[in-house]
Parts: sequence; C-alpha cells; structure tokens
Amino acid sequence: MLPVTVIQELEGILGRDNIIVDEHRIMAYDCDAYVAEKFMPSAVVFPQTTEQVVAIVRCLARKGIPFLPRGAGTGLSGGATPMNHEVVISLAKMDQLLNLDFENRRATVQPGFVNLMLTKRVANNGYYYAPDPSSQSVCTIGGNFAENSGGSHCLKYGVTTNHVVAAEVVLPSGEIVTVGEPYGDPVGLDLLGVLVGSEGTLGITTAITVKILPKPQAVKTILAYFDQVDDASQTVSDIIAQGIVPAACEIMDQLMIHAVEKSVYHVGYPQDIEAVLLVELDGMLESVEDNAQRVLDVCAQNHVRTSRIAQDDRERALWWNSRKMAFPAIGRISPDYLVQDGVIPRTKLSAALQRVSALSEEYGLRVANVFHAGDGNLHPLICYDARVEGQLQQALALGQRILEVCVDMGGSITGEHGVGIEKIGHMAYMFSEEEIKAQIDLRRVFDPQGLCNAGKLIPSPGACVENRSAHHTDDTVLAGVSQGGEHL
Amino acid sequence: MLKPEELTDRSTDQTMKMFAGPDPDEYSKCVHCGFCLEVCPTYQQLSDENHSPRGRVFLIKQVAEGTLPLEAAEDPVFACLDCRACETVCPSGVPVGHLIEMSRGQIHDVRTQAQKQSRRERWMLRGLFSHPRRLRLAGGLLRFYQLSGLRRAARAVGALKLLPRHLQEIEAGLPTVPSRRSDFSLPLPVPAPSDHRSTQPVRVGLLTGCVMDVLFADVNDATVRVIARNHMTVVVPKGQVCCGALHVHAGDREEAQALARRNIDEFLGSQVDFVVTNSAGCGAAMKEYGDLLRDDPVYREKAQAFSAVVRDISEILVEQGFDAPAGRLDRQVTYHDACHLCHAQRIREQPRQLLTAIEGVDLIEMPDSERCCGSAGVYNLTHPDMARQLLDRKITDIPEQASAVVMGNPGCMIQIRAGLAAHGRSTTVLHTVQLLDMAYQAEMAEAQASSAPKR
Repeated sequence: MLPVTVIQELEGILGRDNIIVDEHRIMAYDCDAYVAEKFMPSAVVFPQTTEQVVAIVRCLARKGIPFLPRGAGTGLSGGATPMNHEVVISLAKMDQLLNLDFENRRATVQPGFVNLMLTKRVANNGYYYAPDPSSQSVCTIGGNFAENSGGSHCLKYGVTTNHVVAAEVVLPSGEIVTVGEPYGDPVGLDLLGVLVGSEGTLGITTAITVKILPKPQAVKTILAYFDQVDDASQTVSDIIAQGIVPAACEIMDQLMIHAVEKSVYHVGYPQDIEAVLLVELDGMLESVEDNAQRVLDVCAQNHVRTSRIAQDDRERALWWNSRKMAFPAIGRISPDYLVQDGVIPRTKLSAALQRVSALSEEYGLRVANVFHAGDGNLHPLICYDARVEGQLQQALALGQRILEVCVDMGGSITGEHGVGIEKIGHMAYMFSEEEIKAQIDLRRVFDPQGLCNAGKLIPSPGACVENRSAHHTDDTVLAGVSQGGEHL
Repeated sequence: MLKPEELTDRSTDQTMKMFAGPDPDEYSKCVHCGFCLEVCPTYQQLSDENHSPRGRVFLIKQVAEGTLPLEAAEDPVFACLDCRACETVCPSGVPVGHLIEMSRGQIHDVRTQAQKQSRRERWMLRGLFSHPRRLRLAGGLLRFYQLSGLRRAARAVGALKLLPRHLQEIEAGLPTVPSRRSDFSLPLPVPAPSDHRSTQPVRVGLLTGCVMDVLFADVNDATVRVIARNHMTVVVPKGQVCCGALHVHAGDREEAQALARRNIDEFLGSQVDFVVTNSAGCGAAMKEYGDLLRDDPVYREKAQAFSAVVRDISEILVEQGFDAPAGRLDRQVTYHDACHLCHAQRIREQPRQLLTAIEGVDLIEMPDSERCCGSAGVYNLTHPDMARQLLDRKITDIPEQASAVVMGNPGCMIQIRAGLAAHGRSTTVLHTVQLLDMAYQAEMAEAQASSAPKR
C-alpha cells in the first residue's frame, strides 16, 4: 500500500479517476500474458500526457517507490508484472496519433497507440506499419518499443528497432530526453538502439516516431501441407537457398493445428498432416508471380501433400488469422501454457524439433510448435495445468531445457518476446558474468536508484535465479547503485 | 461483505434454490492473452483491465477460487454490455457472455431481497416485461401520452427537464406507439401464397417480442408479409411471453426459466417448423434456452429442441432461399450490426445479402459496425454515462450520405433513433425486414401498374 501522501500527490497530478489503489481492483494488474508468476502492484495510474508521466516518476523517484510502464499487457515474458509491487504506470490512455508525415513516411504516436491501428490509419493512403506481432490487434507500439517486438513479416522487414527512428523518453529520474532523429541517421552513439528492447528498465517512452512503408504492389500467400515436419523445414531452407526472400515463412505442427482447428479461426486443415507451411511473397508483381511458382516447385520437390496460393484477401486473412491466433488457441486444448521464444540457426530446425519432442516425452507434457521458420525463431508452447500440483514447475523446467538446446545449437533464448522475469534465469546460460556486469553498469547509468522495472531483463550479479522473490530492493542492489552513480 | 462461502452455506439451506455459479471449465479456458481488450467497448472507453473481458473473467475466477469477495466482481460484471464482441475474437473460446450471465445470477442470488436490483429495474423486469398485458397497457399509456397532447404539453412546460438527460433523449427517440399491436392486426395464420411449389410450406411461429410488439408493430407486420411472400406460413402463438433475455442479463435466471418454459410449450404446441424472431436479443436468448434449462429434467430436452429451430428473420430467409424483390428502391443505406446478431448469433452476411438483393440499394459500410451502440437491453437505463459515450461514437460512425441506418434489433433501433435526434441528424432508422418489405411493396405496385389497362 502506498503512503497516503503519495496517493494524494498522484491524485493531484492525475485526478481521482486515473488512479486505482483499491485492493480488489489492482489485482487485475498482477501479471501480463505471462501468467506463471503474479505479484500485486501497489497502485495503477493512467497518465495521458508526457508531463503527467514526468510528474508521476518524479514523485515516486523522490520517495524511492518502484514503478514500471505497462502497455496492453500482452507481453509473454512478464515484463509488465509488478514483481517488486511497483506502481504500474499504464500507458493505455496515452493512445493518440501525434503526427503523420506521408511525404517523409513517418508517424509519431503516443506509447499506448495500438500497433494495428497505425496500419488502419494510413492504409487509405497506401501505407502500412511493417512490424506485426501476432497480438498486433491489441498490443501497443510502446510495448513493441520496450520488447523490440518481432512478428511474422520481420523475416524480410526487420523487427521494431529497424522501424523506430526517434523517441521521447522519461528517464527514471523524471528527466525528459529525446533520442534518435526523425529524419536521417543520428550522430554519435546509438542510444535509441539501447532503449529499444530494454523492456522498460531504462525509462518510459512517451512518444515514438516510426517509419511507415508503402504497401507492396503485389502479395501472394502460399499454403502447403506436409506429412513430415522435416520436409516443411527443408522447404524453408531450400526457398531461402534459392535467393528468394519471403516476407514471411511460418510453420505450425500437428498439435498446434489441432488447437487452431478447434478455435473460431479454423481453416479446415487436414487433421493428419504433420505440418502447415505458410509462405508470403510481396514486392513487384512480376517477381512475386515468378517466385510464387518457384516456391510451389520447391514444395513439390520436398514431398508436399498439397500446396496452393490464396485466391483473394479474404482467404489470405483466414490463413493469417489461424497463424496469428495460434498461441491463445492453445486454450482449446490446455488450461495453461508457457511459450518459449528460442532462436536457432534455420538449418538446424529439424534437429531442434527432434530434441524438443524428446524433451516433451521426458517431461510428460505436450508441446505444440509454431515458428517463424524463416529466421529460425521457435515458439514451443508447453501445455500444463496449473491446478495440478507440480505441473507449473515441470513446465518451467522443460522450458529451460528447450532454451538450453537453442543456445547449445548456436542460437539464443529469445527472438522477440523479451527476457522479462521468465527468462532472466537463463541469461547466465547465455552470457558470461562480465557480459552481464556490463549490462548492469549500463542500466545504472539510466536508473541509478534501480526503481524502474527492476529485476527484469538483466539479472543481479551472481543471483540470476534466486532473484525472483517479491521484495528485491535489497541492500546489494542499493549498494551497487551508489557505486554505479559514482562511476558516472 | 459477501463471500463465496456464503454460497455454500446457503446452498445447504433448502429454503432457497441456488443457481450454480460460473463453470470452472469455462473460465479456465482463458489464457490471459488480452486479444479481447481492443474489441471491448467498455475497455475502449475506460482503458481499465477491470472493465475488459480478460479482467472480468479474471475477477470471476478469483471470486470462484475465494481470492476475492463476490462484491469485488459486481461492478465490472454489471458494467459489461454483454455484447460478446470478445467472443468473436477469443482464440481460446472463452464463453464470456455466459460467464457474465452466470456471475450475475450468482450475485443476484446472494443479494438479500432488500438489495436486489433497484426497485425500478425489478419492477420493469418482473412486474412489466413478464406480463404481456401490463406491457400492452404501458404501451397504450405511452401512446396516449404521445398523441393526447400530453407529450407536447410536457415538452412545452419543460417538465421533461425533470428527467435525467439520458431518459429525455430516449423519450425523444421513441417512435410513436402504433394504435394496434402486431398480433391483433394480423389475420392468422397467414398462409403462404399458393405457387408452383408442391411441397408443404414451411410453418414458422413468430415471436412478436415485448419491445417490437409495443413500439414497432409495423416491423412485425413487415416481417409477416415478407415471410408469407417467401412461401412460408406464419403463426403467432397467443400464449407467448417475453423471451427472458432481459432477465438473464440482469441475473434473474429463475424468472427467465419460467418464461422460457412457457414459450417452449406455446411454440412446440403450435407445431411450427421454426421459431422466428426479428429481435436479435430475443433470438440469442432463445437459442440458449437449452443451456438455461439444462438442469431442468422435464424441460432440458424440449429446450434443446426448441433452441435448435430458433432463427433470426434474416437467417430463415437466406436459409430457405428468399425471392429477390423485383421492386426497386433507390437509396443509400448503412448497416449496424446488433451485438446479439453478429457476436452472439454470428449472423453478419445474411442481413447484408437481403439488403444488397434489393435493386437500387447502395449499402455503405460504416466503420466498426460491430461495436455496441450502448443500448444492450436495459444497459442504457442502468449505465447511462457509458451508454451515451458509445451512442455518440455510433452516431459519428453513421455515414452522412446514408439516408437510413438499418439494423435487426429493437433496442438498437430505440437507442440509435435517440442518438440521431440528439445529434440533429435526419437519418431514418429501419429494420432490415422493413427495407425488404418496401421492395416487395414496390414490386407489387409495379406489377399492378403494368397490368392496369392502358388508356
């Protein structure tokens, strides 16, 4: 519970309607879309302007009260989960489109602006916003900025960091800084690059300028059914080996197909196929048509059962919905799930899937697979039932083993979902102590008090796994803080 | 403070019959992905998790698991429009509407008699809507008020200003109550016109609906004409009562069950092939009688059989193959998707098929046509602020060039009429079947004109 004086000060900044302290109402903010760990916030506040964010942060920083930013709460690694009983700064009401500059292909939005809404707003002028996380109909561009979100079309177009050109950020001290350049390349160190993907640990973004792209002249989407996952994986490698760069290249395995087919986004996939491959090509009409035929040929060489091109936008949308809604569709076959986000070299897809399958059997938990095959980004969905004693722990342990497989194969623990609290224990598996210390030092430059979303992304030195208890503003961190401050 | 334990305590008390609370298998389907947030009208307005589908399901679950007291769920659960837009997008298939209704039933049950709904709401639901005769009497009084000069007098002396603003606006939007009700004006049964089809005509029973019957009898008349024009026989069972949708929404499942039993007996006793309604809310509720009476050993199967033959008017016409009208109507119209048609019954294409089958009709789609207009049963009376915000957005979305906004639900018709009047717009509000009926009338007029002897 916050001190009454702080509540009064926040009410003064925001008005009573924009702060929640009632113990029953703050509970809905105890986690995001990563539900394995939950902590109660001390309050939830809803600023609408940058000035309000500054005032909130200054008030909390002065009192040493921890805080964190939250977008739509669709994150999959617990980035917005208040593990230190933070004041949750919900940016959901900062949802305005601030500027559109078609001639220079730029849009500036407040952080709570919904990803897909940007494409909707510029579509009539022939533009779109490229990064397309599966949750794009809900997730916010501020959240995308924090997590450096990817999406199906990032194979060709890159992830969020490739599309953000400038940002206004309120630092954990309450100072406003602008980083990047709306036009042209920024001079000096790439601070924007540090901030994108920092998971809300370095400050709170209050305005973001992104690139908008002209819609491609032509799009073709190909759907292919395979009797062997290996054949589907090989097809992906062969397509790229041919020099084709698809806009997207996605695979779902049989268990995932079964879940999707039970949902409102069912396509009518045969239940006995082992894999569905979805390939999208875009660009100039002639090249798209030519490449589509080449993709169909590659499918045929890899024992495809059937393959075809979407006949119209409606069919394309149907196929894409089945893919984009796949994660939560798992709710059709399992009460709870954990999704992993490991990355492996694309050529090792088959081997990785075999390892995942073996681990699934070893742990006795079903694992559905859906992945951005083009860039080797796996999304194993581990099915469990939290009501069964011990299953959550088993699922977490299985997840850890899968990520270790990814790292061992030369990949990484996360492609686009962020580390959050979910993968913080795996950071030490991927980074040396020195590498982690360098990150801690950098973080201290931005947040010497350790108040802003602490305990996420970067583990404390030598305490990667234990550091999951609720109260974490302990002496070691605070001691480190003052030292870090002096180094500045 | 009401705690879930009290439910258990009271359920052992045989003096009161308890309804089961929300089903764990239903709320545990939610994986907390949040894909529902942006389609939820109350979340769009408030940006508060507690007023989102995910948040409400979460609260319902916490209450069921004893982490939160029942009263913590009360506001969010009753502030839900029950529009079910969330169900349309939910990948894991959480039946949010049903959970909300079950939760309301639970709250309704646990409230002491003194706490039960405001007296006005209770009087409206049990005292008025459950009694067709009283409802007609109220309709008569309303007609007397509107036509006797009382309305003009009340407006002239500013007496209406004594009403809260939302009631003033609704009053302004009410259509003039027709002098007759639909079921009295219809020579019944209306036989299908004999034609070349040799098979026995399909026999449909029309639910006249409380609001439709009293305020929009002309819609019912149009419905009967259109069904008959499409080779089906129409009957209007006399003993039919309110469908119970408003009661279910308010949590009064007991009363809803009583009404459902009566309708089941009436319609199944009339040997109809289908039960047809032109009210989206009634259709959705009747399609769920099977669930409403699932614990009733006598009625369970009858209710399922009944639900299986319920059809919306647009649905039955498309299903049975309607005749495209030969008459022409030159006008631009837009279509509003009533929540209980598009989300609850997944009927989106059929009304549009009917409209676009009319020669000369130009259907202009409005943005977010599936967003609730704020009517939502009696929601515009219980939550006027939210209802008004949603109504304002809806009116703004209605394209200026459309001369009519067409829809399939009387609640939306009243609400949108009120909104258009408040915004000073001259757009007409029509039911889908009215426009189709006009086209058939035009067809008849054209046929008469061409068959008339030339001078």
